Amino acid sequence: MASLLITLQALLSHWRRHRLQCFSIFTGLWLATALWTGVQALNSQARSDYARASGVLSGASQTQLVPRQGEHLAQTLYVQLRTRGVQVTPVLEGRLQLSGSATQAVRLIGIEPLSLPAKMAVAGVQAQAFELSAFIDSPGQSWIGPDTLRQLNLQPGERARTRDGQLMPPLVLQEELAPGVIVVDIGHAQALLGAPGQLSRLLLEKEPPALPADIAAQLMLQTGGDDGDLQRLTDSFHLNLTALGLLAFVVGLFIAHAAIGLALEQRRGLIRTLRACGVSLRVLLTGLALELGVFALLGGLAGVVSGYLLASLLLPDFAASVRGLYGAQIAGQLSLSPQWWLAGVGVSLLGALLAGVSSVLRAARLPLLVLAQPQAWRLAQGPWLRRQALVALLLGLVALGCWEWGNNLTSAFVLLAALLLAAALLLPALLELALAGLARLCRRPLPQWFVADSRQQLPALSLALMALLLALAASVGVGSMTEGFRRTFTGWLDQRLSADLYLTPRDTAQAVQISDWLACQPEATAVLPNWRVEWRLQQWPTQVQGIIDHPYYSNHWPLLEKSAGAWEQLAQGRGIMLSEQLARRLQLGLGDALQLPEPSAQTMPVVGIYADYGNPKGHLLISADWLRQHWPQATLSNLGLTVASAHLPALKRALGQQFNLDDSRMVEQTTLKRWSAAVFERTFAATAALNSLTLGIAGVALFISLLSLGQSRLGQLAPLWALGVERRRLIWLTLGQTLMLSSFTVLLAIPLGLLLAWCLVAVVNVQAFGWRLPLYVLPGQLLQLAVLGVLTSFLASAWPLWQLARRQPSDLLRQFANER
Amino acid sequence: MNVKPWLTALCLLLAGCDGPTPGPNSFAGLGQQASAFQQVTPGHELQFPRDHGAHDGFRIEWWYVTANLQDAQGRQWGAQWTLFRSALRPGAESADWNSPNLWMGHAALTGPGGHQSSEVLARGGIGQAGVEAQPFRAWIDDWSLQGGNGIGQLQMKATGRDFRFDLHLVSERPLVLHGAKGYSEKSGKGQASYYYSQPFYQVSGEVERDGQRVAVTGQAWLDREWSSQPLAAGQSGWDWFSLHLDSGAKVMLFQVREAHGDAYKAGTWVSADGKTQALQGAQIELQVLASSKQANGKTVPTRWRVRLPEQGVDIQVEALYKQAWMNTRFPYWEGPVRVEGGSGQGRGYLEMTGY
Repeated sequence: MASLLITLQALLSHWRRHRLQCFSIFTGLWLATALWTGVQALNSQARSDYARASGVLSGASQTQLVPRQGEHLAQTLYVQLRTRGVQVTPVLEGRLQLSGSATQAVRLIGIEPLSLPAKMAVAGVQAQAFELSAFIDSPGQSWIGPDTLRQLNLQPGERARTRDGQLMPPLVLQEELAPGVIVVDIGHAQALLGAPGQLSRLLLEKEPPALPADIAAQLMLQTGGDDGDLQRLTDSFHLNLTALGLLAFVVGLFIAHAAIGLALEQRRGLIRTLRACGVSLRVLLTGLALELGVFALLGGLAGVVSGYLLASLLLPDFAASVRGLYGAQIAGQLSLSPQWWLAGVGVSLLGALLAGVSSVLRAARLPLLVLAQPQAWRLAQGPWLRRQALVALLLGLVALGCWEWGNNLTSAFVLLAALLLAAALLLPALLELALAGLARLCRRPLPQWFVADSRQQLPALSLALMALLLALAASVGVGSMTEGFRRTFTGWLDQRLSADLYLTPRDTAQAVQISDWLACQPEATAVLPNWRVEWRLQQWPTQVQGIIDHPYYSNHWPLLEKSAGAWEQLAQGRGIMLSEQLARRLQLGLGDALQLPEPSAQTMPVVGIYADYGNPKGHLLISADWLRQHWPQATLSNLGLTVASAHLPALKRALGQQFNLDDSRMVEQTTLKRWSAAVFERTFAATAALNSLTLGIAGVALFISLLSLGQSRLGQLAPLWALGVERRRLIWLTLGQTLMLSSFTVLLAIPLGLLLAWCLVAVVNVQAFGWRLPLYVLPGQLLQLAVLGVLTSFLASAWPLWQLARRQPSDLLRQFANER
Repeated sequence: MNVKPWLTALCLLLAGCDGPTPGPNSFAGLGQQASAFQQVTPGHELQFPRDHGAHDGFRIEWWYVTANLQDAQGRQWGAQWTLFRSALRPGAESADWNSPNLWMGHAALTGPGGHQSSEVLARGGIGQAGVEAQPFRAWIDDWSLQGGNGIGQLQMKATGRDFRFDLHLVSERPLVLHGAKGYSEKSGKGQASYYYSQPFYQVSGEVERDGQRVAVTGQAWLDREWSSQPLAAGQSGWDWFSLHLDSGAKVMLFQVREAHGDAYKAGTWVSADGKTQALQGAQIELQVLASSKQANGKTVPTRWRVRLPEQGVDIQVEALYKQAWMNTRFPYWEGPVRVEGGSGQGRGYLEMTGY
């Protein structure tokens, strides 16, 4: 024990003299943990919110009866089923506009507590534990989650008012209720939603025996409700974020690894002395491990706290992304479990282990009597570089294999990881090769020294340069993908949104009236009704849109692929068109036949495929006449119309007066485009932020490596100074070395980044979202990143150089006295 | 039977097991609201078939059938079918979820191999549960008690998780009004309910347990009771007997146990020729002879000595199946009993709460 204490004291004394190294290890672990836990915090918050949203009614098997036609079923069907012994519980669901300082829409869920099966809970309240009379009687209760309560700026006990002036039951806080949801008794829900005697669906405890024929004609059984969809739809989004978080984690570990390695190199003498004094290897290793553990713990704690702060900062953007992409509600405040905090510290410990285990093992194998010689070290790097290159080659093969045979998102990410890691591992070898080539070109002594010394620095800098390579490549890749997506998306939006006015009538009846009215208005040059119904194709929710025969579509609906006479076939009800992602999911191409679901069980050939960016659900185009004939429950949800811009305001006014439509139901093209673009921007805001953070961390890695290197550089610089090279020149030379190495890295990062971008648009996007984007090479962006990369390394070397410039000649002289 | 424990049961049902203190509009503001409900008063004349139906305006009401049955092998069975109505507030029934009425059904089948019970709940107003007087029909979900003109013939059905019964009840005999022409006092302090019975049903039909159907015949007893008044505090539970004696006489007895002091006892003697006589507490002697432990650990008396000296009755009443605990929201013991003794044999039902 005493020897362990003494060993620890001796080991730790190193940090007193090298505060910066201590700081680097801490920073590496801290940043790695912070970004990783931050991303995990966002993901776990989102997942728990999805779970809460789908678990508003939990404990029910995902079995329910839904109307075959329209949105609602008659309450009498519920009574008929109950009185025939089928145990169902009714649910009425709808969107409710609340009035207040800011107009807000909430998802209102009406439940019936008495018929809830005993195992079912609502927002975590068991069926038996309801305050029944308070809930169902007048004025009743409105259950609301803490987040929604904050958003609405209301207090428990207050009564919210709906937009049409109804008073809601008093609010009751339910901690577990999902954001954006209010739960009331079904009777109150029918009144608030203006749907007396109407229900949305019936939940079942278990699958019922065959339904009586008269009821089966009106209701259909649905297993696996929409709820699980949210989880599935958003999975790819979260996987993307996780991959970014992991990248940042790896970059952070590079920092820690570099610093720990350096500290070990510098303590070789100390370790040798300790061993010579009789400290056993076991005690020494225990000491080193304890030291590492303390770093991990401190870094982990700091990391988890900053991860939490980071996540809170990113949360609004993140929530906006998820809402824009998937319509999912996420709480505006993080609430994380103790497990999350523990996991964060655990990750830091794991990181420290990864970053430090090689150093500790090297210390264990350290020959007692060998001197630390930088040049000898470099020579020993030769076989090491070859081994690294071999591993890189193997990883390259893995990447190729994934590209060739991979067919899911995980394999796509393995491809990315293998590619990046291979490139990183190959970097030192490539740099070494480049420098060796350069060395052959140099004839004069100073340039020769310049290159030779750079080669000697390479092992110490290579990890930081790898980090820079990865961060830059990721920036290039994600940047090109985002920008490429933006261009494709806006171009597509311009084509697709070319009607001048989009109307959302209150219901199908009103839509038909409006459509008829518009047909008599000469100003409206084209009226385009969209008939809608939702199908499940291979369990995938699919929006089916019935369109009329109109030249507008062939002019404005861009198709990626089409067969001859595609629009004519569609119009005649002899063909369908699929969105790209749906076609991929169903594995259908042009000319293949799709089996349409019941009741119109027939097949139809695919005559066209179109892009449908940003839609997590499938989309299918079909003739409106055919759809209305075979699917009478299809609703007319919106109308597009083209109208000369001069007539637009007058027509809008007329529509408003005639049909009592407000601006929320009449949207002009420009507004819609602006809105879509805003959603797009917010969608990538969190990604962009994480991306620049990763680049920042790479900069920190480089900075710390150079800083720690700078202290040991005096030994190399002192002889040059002694030979008559001025300090100012030495500084320029050193700066040149750094810039040369980082420029090489930047040059390599650009092709790697483009390769990464290609993988993202052609592999990851296809697997994650189902759409493939064209690859855009954006020279301006590349140049910007290259400059940023060089600038980062310039800034990183500035401080060490400034320190060097302030060195007294006596410091340099002392190098000779202290030469080991 | 007694009102108070049932009110307790429904209070529990309404308030939730561990809910916080309800607000002024809730059911727990019972005392203040009680006056808004209709009151049970002496001298009120019951009218049929109207009074077979639901009594909006009264807080609580039930339709309660117990049947003592026997199969071809001579094995004894008991079936219970109960529908409770409880009003959240005074007022007439409406045709939507806004109805003041909540309905609760209990069904049980007791027989060789055990006791099975089931409970269902439903809101009034939408047609999921209710009672209509003419033609008579009481139902909740797929449980029903269906009559025709009046309640002389009833079809009684219920389905639980692993049991089911479908029984036909017939009686030509007149109804029995308890207490003073149906005004039945429940304590010495004026609390009362309207209470009548049809104890003369002959039963045939089938019971089903775990998929096995058994044809049965026997006797059944219908109880009807409604009231609005909560009872005095300090009453801890009650014991209720409905007995079919082999002589043809019927006996209804109950005692409401006081936490401190003597129990309040009352009953009705119906002789074989249909003449009824209200029994006062002093005319009834009840004595526990033996108790048995239920599966849930509770101990309840399952063997009683019952003496009605004026009627010359001295009998022992013993549970046919000692395990007959109703595992419902408000748990209680209810099961068929055998009557033995020098003064006569018979069958019947015993209900015990508050143990």
